[in-house]
Amino acid sequence: MKKMFLDGNVAVALGSIRAGARFFAGYPISPVSELAEFCSHEMPKAGGIYVQMEDEIAAIAAVIGASLGGKKAFTATSGPGFSLMQENIGFASMAEVPCVIINGQRFGLSTGVATKPGQSDIMQARWGRHGDQSIIALTPASVQECFDLTLEAFNLAERFSSPVIVLTDATLAHLKERIRVPDPAEIKTVKRKEPQGPPEEYKPYQPDERGIPLLSYFGSEYILKVTGLVHTEKGNVSSDPGVCASLIDRLERKIYDYQEELPPPRYYGEEKAETVLISFGISARAAREGMRRALLEGISSGLIQLQTVWPFPEGAIRRLSSHASKVIVVEMNRGQVTREVERILPEGVEVNSLLRADSEVIYPREVLEKIKEVQ
Amino acid sequence: MEKKKGKFPFIIEERLCKKCGICVSHCPAKVFTAGPGNEPRVTNPRKCTGCNLCFFRCPDFAIQLEVSP
Amino acid sequence: MDIPVRYGDYIDWDQLPHLWCPGCGNGIALKGVALALAELNIPLHKLLLATGIGCSGRAGNYVSFHSFDGTHGRTLAFCTGINVTQPDLKIIAFLGDGDCGAIGGNHLLHAARRNLNITVIEINNFNYAMTGGQFSPTTPLSSITSTSRKGKAEYAMDTASLVAEAGANYVASTTVYHTSQLNNFIKEALLTRGFSFVEVMSSCPTYYGRYNHIGDGPEMMKWFKEKTLPRDKYEKLSLEEKQNYIERGKLVQRNREDFLTTYKKRRKK
Ligand code: SF4
Ligand code: SF4
Repeated sequence: MKKMFLDGNVAVALGSIRAGARFFAGYPISPVSELAEFCSHEMPKAGGIYVQMEDEIAAIAAVIGASLGGKKAFTATSGPGFSLMQENIGFASMAEVPCVIINGQRFGLSTGVATKPGQSDIMQARWGRHGDQSIIALTPASVQECFDLTLEAFNLAERFSSPVIVLTDATLAHLKERIRVPDPAEIKTVKRKEPQGPPEEYKPYQPDERGIPLLSYFGSEYILKVTGLVHTEKGNVSSDPGVCASLIDRLERKIYDYQEELPPPRYYGEEKAETVLISFGISARAAREGMRRALLEGISSGLIQLQTVWPFPEGAIRRLSSHASKVIVVEMNRGQVTREVERILPEGVEVNSLLRADSEVIYPREVLEKIKEVQ
Repeated sequence: MEKKKGKFPFIIEERLCKKCGICVSHCPAKVFTAGPGNEPRVTNPRKCTGCNLCFFRCPDFAIQLEVSP
Repeated sequence: MDIPVRYGDYIDWDQLPHLWCPGCGNGIALKGVALALAELNIPLHKLLLATGIGCSGRAGNYVSFHSFDGTHGRTLAFCTGINVTQPDLKIIAFLGDGDCGAIGGNHLLHAARRNLNITVIEINNFNYAMTGGQFSPTTPLSSITSTSRKGKAEYAMDTASLVAEAGANYVASTTVYHTSQLNNFIKEALLTRGFSFVEVMSSCPTYYGRYNHIGDGPEMMKWFKEKTLPRDKYEKLSLEEKQNYIERGKLVQRNREDFLTTYKKRRKK
């Protein structure tokens, strides 16, 4: 174990390399350009490759290609690039290609404010592609979690044979904190399994009992057929309604049905609190501090900090807030997670939110004020 | 493969032929004629010069070597 | 030209007949690929056929080796990642004129510029056939398509020249009528280290041939025979005469280092 003083960008990149990533493709964009720069010199040292592509569409495509070539691969971008990547993230979901996409969220829509933070890509992460599918999205709140959750993202990508999105933001990307970096020997990484049996009988999209296929790689004796069209277990194109239905059903359920295995929400503060905050990412830091001040003032409060935002951890949130009469969602957007919370909580629980969408982070004192206001 | 002038070295797999007529129209030696449904018929096999053009130009993998696949 | 008997090993016969129309050139070009692979005797698992979207995009279904069918136009971007992680894999990108000239134009230029170790076979049928015969960047000026009923009002794009300019190691163009030349170009392209590109002008009797009153498969073959000229002959024509012909032949054959070689040289510790 080593203590290191890093910013979120570098922690993400380091976590990726430690997770076994050996390919990075990207296109420079604020606030994650430093992440690409780090990969450009550190990836080759680790025996990997950095490619600077012509745009973000190409970057995610190259990442998917590298993963199909047998290497763990990732890219990093921000809102405008994340929008461009949606097409091929959908492809990765359809073709079940493990890969990791880092979105350092910045403020606003379109070009927004390139250097300032936002948390308004939550719904885009979930619904940005056409068609039904499940997706995994993680939301680190500290530099330590940037490292840990990125590493976990790679493991989840392999376990679920799926793209995994990590949502940081402009503040976290440049925030420097001291973190524990485990030695490579201490790190558990999920290795891709190799198909077994006679190669002629291999079916790349034959799911196991959890609905996960076992893809070989291009160059393997196990011939791999990959397509974004609806396909059979063999990987051949089909438009048969039965094949369509079972594929779409499996793509959604292979993640949704196993969401309890994803990083669970953290809980801070008073057990069985009456007022429970729900937050994630950099806002969860302010929420935690605001909640601590409220406790000092004798207000019964707690915080649910989401590590996984998609699939939305409905069960865990309901459990952790079961004693609360009031909930306050703290987020830097116009209420994207608030809507989810309203959807899942039973009637009778009062759902409030503290929203900020002006390119500034939320401060602990605002959180405290909000807690007091709803009492 | 050895070229033998005067022997048509292919078979036409009916299952694959789409009756496009390319072999019939473009064989330099006029080995084929079209049947009533535009299907190719090898009517002049002895004129075959062994140029293999019908094989190369058949878009449907229907004209095949007798030995393969 | 002889026929390498093992060409059938590269085809997935169970998936045939293919979905292409009678007289469509896609099958002729795909057969050219299989013939070249058999002649070069490349093991199946060391091969990838990567396609895009459209009629040509279905080719991967008909080969017995690895295949990748990506999103429209992005195929060469996917192949970038595949090439650098599997340097020994022979990658054949079997693309359409939309994949190459329109939605994928930028990726094509950059793949050629990087000199990735990839062979592109561009099936140029002068239109977007799978979606009903709309014009594409390579559709000649004045041609009739379903979105240019009175003639295409835009100039055509010459993808082969663009790729040559961008830095590819091998560039050639021909038609599905000129199969000896076609099969030879494909073989030479596959033997090239670095980026190689063969433009195959292909028959689409269903749309391009019909709309432009050229006719069916055999008629389109005749059209290619009469309408195209070898580069040297074409060059001798007057500017006015050139309007009536399309050139075919080899544009470039050179030996620049491929991407992985230039990359590795500059990343040595
Ligand atoms: S060229 Fe092939 S598909 Fe066309 S008619 Fe002849 S055998 Fe049939
Ligand atoms: S529409 Fe044109 S290009 Fe497509 S399969 Fe038919 S003939 Fe070929």
